[in-house]
Amino acid sequence: MDPILQIKDLQTHFFTKAGVLKAVDGVSLEIKSGEIVGLVGESGSGKSITGFSIMGLVDAPGQIVGGQILFKGQDLAKLSPAEMQAYRGNRIAMIFQDPMMTLNPVLRIETQMVETILSHDSSVSKVDAHARARDALGLVGISSPDERLRAYPHQFSGGMRQRVSIAIAMLNRPDLIIADEPTTALDVTIQGQVIHEMQRLCQETKTALLWITHDLAVVAGIAERICVMYAGRIVEQGANANVIAAPMHPYTKGLLGSVPGQNRRGQPLQQIEGMVPSMMNLPTGCAFQNRCNLVSDICTSTNPDATSTKDGRLVRCHNIAAGDRA
Amino acid sequence: MTPLLTVSNLSRDFTKSLDMVAKLLNRLGQNYREEVVHAVDDVSFSVFKGEIVGVVGESGCGKSTLGRMIAGILPPTNGQVFFDVTQAKNTDIPDALRTQMIFQDPFSSLNPRKRVIDIITEAPIHHKLIAPSEKRAFAIEMLQRVGLDPDTLERYPHQFSGGQRQRVGIARALAVSPEFLVCDESIAALDVSIQAQIINLFVDLKDSFDLTYLFISHDIGVIEHISDRVIVMYLGRIVETAPIETFVKQPNHPYTQALLAGVPRLEVGKRQYEPISGEIPSPLSPPTGCHFHPRCKFATPRCKAEKPALREIAPGHFSACHLNDEA
Repeated sequence: MDPILQIKDLQTHFFTKAGVLKAVDGVSLEIKSGEIVGLVGESGSGKSITGFSIMGLVDAPGQIVGGQILFKGQDLAKLSPAEMQAYRGNRIAMIFQDPMMTLNPVLRIETQMVETILSHDSSVSKVDAHARARDALGLVGISSPDERLRAYPHQFSGGMRQRVSIAIAMLNRPDLIIADEPTTALDVTIQGQVIHEMQRLCQETKTALLWITHDLAVVAGIAERICVMYAGRIVEQGANANVIAAPMHPYTKGLLGSVPGQNRRGQPLQQIEGMVPSMMNLPTGCAFQNRCNLVSDICTSTNPDATSTKDGRLVRCHNIAAGDRA
Repeated sequence: MTPLLTVSNLSRDFTKSLDMVAKLLNRLGQNYREEVVHAVDDVSFSVFKGEIVGVVGESGCGKSTLGRMIAGILPPTNGQVFFDVTQAKNTDIPDALRTQMIFQDPFSSLNPRKRVIDIITEAPIHHKLIAPSEKRAFAIEMLQRVGLDPDTLERYPHQFSGGQRQRVGIARALAVSPEFLVCDESIAALDVSIQAQIINLFVDLKDSFDLTYLFISHDIGVIEHISDRVIVMYLGRIVETAPIETFVKQPNHPYTQALLAGVPRLEVGKRQYEPISGEIPSPLSPPTGCHFHPRCKFATPRCKAEKPALREIAPGHFSACHLNDEA
């Protein structure tokens, strides 16, 4: 099956007064229809900018300077803003971290939902649009949707607001949803509910989902494949089970080792020394070199290319054992 | 063994007083009431010396209010916090300094206009624990204790990263040689790899400074890793306290069970989330009886009518659930 989204060597740079910041520097990934892909990284790793680039939401001084974003074969990076508008919110939708910021506080939920439908298909009657909005609310588990349609965003709790954003994202039956930290602002029990709804909706509608998060544990439970980002690049990508059970890149290993939990009681957490380097002046060679314990001469001189492994992973590291390489 | 810290029947209400219009209408015969939130409702527990007690709960459960009352930042409406001074290692420091707090946001908890050296030494100089002439040497020692380079002494908070700033906050708290630290979501704002560094630092400091912690967090993974005993709160009340192994393996209260089931785990393979239904009720009008009954799948009419008492169901294991009476 052809992937619904295929990103090839995407480069999104920010041209600031202090210099060029390579927020996304050569990211390649693909998502098939109905698949959930987790994009994991710490703050500043470029994971959100990758999502924004797909949506065409990168603002000046940021710019997509290279690579392709092929959505059903069409390169989104080449589209004019007006052409992009036809995709955004229609074929591709996005869910953001803070639903209070994404919903218009002075409009009723109904107005915002109907607008989403009519702006992409003006032939739909208001009555039909209303019915679709109501059904969408019901679908994400909001009780008495007729009543709730008349409500304003501030009348919902955080978890309910996030359900409304999910309902809006699903309205036009998109082929791809980009979810940027959709559960980070939510409480544990509510996070469980939202993950449950998203999982169910993607299975039922065959919508592809790119789940961007800093929390490996969240995607470990739902994603088919996991991409780990560091300093603007995907350092490891592969099947969920492989990445979680046997990480290959030292950064992925460190990240997994630093997650606290019952299994590691009493022992110190494995920690990645040092800090994420400034994106303004990344070192020559591998960006992870100053925090890596396997660093050698080649790491400080050459930036590692993505190496394919036998189990179908792509890992950007010079230290992959010869036996693991494909 | 007597506990180091005893909290008895601690409560804190927040009242929203009536505005002008409501007062006026009341005079005209209307009946507007003041809105009262019972942020912490009759909470009792104790902490022994050298323990790390974790407090978990979702937003609005009163865990931060509880922490602030124990740290002495917020006066309680009812009840008291008793600190056993006879167990203290330093007898000559003021009692108010014995409990220190470390906050969530390392950006807003440090004065942006002060240099690190002044941030760390302000309190000990004020309380005459060190002489002003010792300021520099003292600050260098504190910075090294928390793993910061002494060269950073003259810097301002904005020149640090989030993790480093949290270390400055810890150094500031340790500067008055406290016995008890209240950590309120102290690592929630940090990246995963930095979180691990700070958690390890907390554990190291516990041994080297002989500290006792109340560790407040919504992150159950962190609590499971660091705590000896766990307190679970829901809408201002303690619903369960248990030693960590019991909390993980045999949680008793349906809320604790639901909380643990909802935590994303680093396990191989996909899982289906089966979340508990319903929202967290508003603390302004909490449900009657057991606060958890509208979301509880075992709820009976009794749960709706009667508040369950926190009872010991096994040694050291307390739970507030009517279901325990029937077994």
